[in-house]
Amino acid sequence: MARFKNKKSGGVPQINTGSMSDIIFMFLFFFIVISTIRETTLIVKVKIPLASEVQKLEKKSLVCNIYAGLPNKKELAGSGTRLQLNDQYATSNDIGDFIATERQKLEEADRRKLTVSLKVDQDTKMGIVADIKQELRKYNALLINYTTRKTSQGNLFTGN
Amino acid sequence: MKKPPEINTGSMADISFLLLTFFLLTSSINTDSGIFRKLPPPPDPNAKPADIKQRNIFTVLINKNDRLLVDNKPSDIRLLRQQAKDFISNPSNLETLPEKKFEDIPYLGNYPISKGVISIQNDRGTSYNTYIKVQNELTGAIDELRNALSMDKFNRKFKDLTDPNLIEAIQKAIPISISEAEPKDVGDQ
Repeated sequence: MARFKNKKSGGVPQINTGSMSDIIFMFLFFFIVISTIRETTLIVKVKIPLASEVQKLEKKSLVCNIYAGLPNKKELAGSGTRLQLNDQYATSNDIGDFIATERQKLEEADRRKLTVSLKVDQDTKMGIVADIKQELRKYNALLINYTTRKTSQGNLFTGN
Repeated sequence: MKKPPEINTGSMADISFLLLTFFLLTSSINTDSGIFRKLPPPPDPNAKPADIKQRNIFTVLINKNDRLLVDNKPSDIRLLRQQAKDFISNPSNLETLPEKKFEDIPYLGNYPISKGVISIQNDRGTSYNTYIKVQNELTGAIDELRNALSMDKFNRKFKDLTDPNLIEAIQKAIPISISEAEPKDVGDQ
């Protein structure tokens, strides 16, 4: 009994943890805000294909996205594969303008490094992808990146 | 007046910690990844078609049913990586596989650069999934060759190299020589 008494009398003063929760909440809100930022809402269905040999995209500011897939609203855009540039449906003829505006946003020195990230649904036919690539070549946006999800090589052939 | 009892806020920190870890685990700060390619510049109408010897070309045809024809023989995606590696490296210097050009590369010395070119041709009806898989296997083949060379010369994997000079040397020794023909429109879209 004497031991317990000792501890109580000569202890270190308790640290006030009242503000701890506030700090943690600040962290929490920070992460919530950061993680939900998404540039565009998708209006086409895109299921990104799997691949094993992927590289990470380095500079996000130099990247612009072209989406292709089946439209969410068939009444509006038909049942075939459509492109999405920014927030709207587009055809491959609009790519030239799109690339030009994206280039305008960049610094003079970075314009050559503009990378176009192709986010294409895995069931899309290559015809439309070929059209995109021809347009990109025409407007000299030559760095492209086929966006893929990383998986191990073994998974690639078993699951589909 | 009687003081109202204080609410114990000690566990508040624990609760918010839980929330914090939950959000940290579930959210992804969208890191994009993918396969990089450089498109060829727009075709010059005056340019003559490049004259490449048959032995230096490795053709990969993908038809609209996603079947492969590699060097005029039906093949399978599982075999493609090894076939591409054998083609580019040409380990036993066969007559039918690509020629090599000896060139002085800094840090590597006199290295035989393969003149082989991989040519992909797909139909407009080929599925994107198959196309990506083919691109993936070809990238993988080149990557494995680069890794082997890097291990041999610098005792490190290619992606673990940090010195830009060394990276450039390897890239020069084993270039990504993949050419893509414009797609043919044979099958229905």
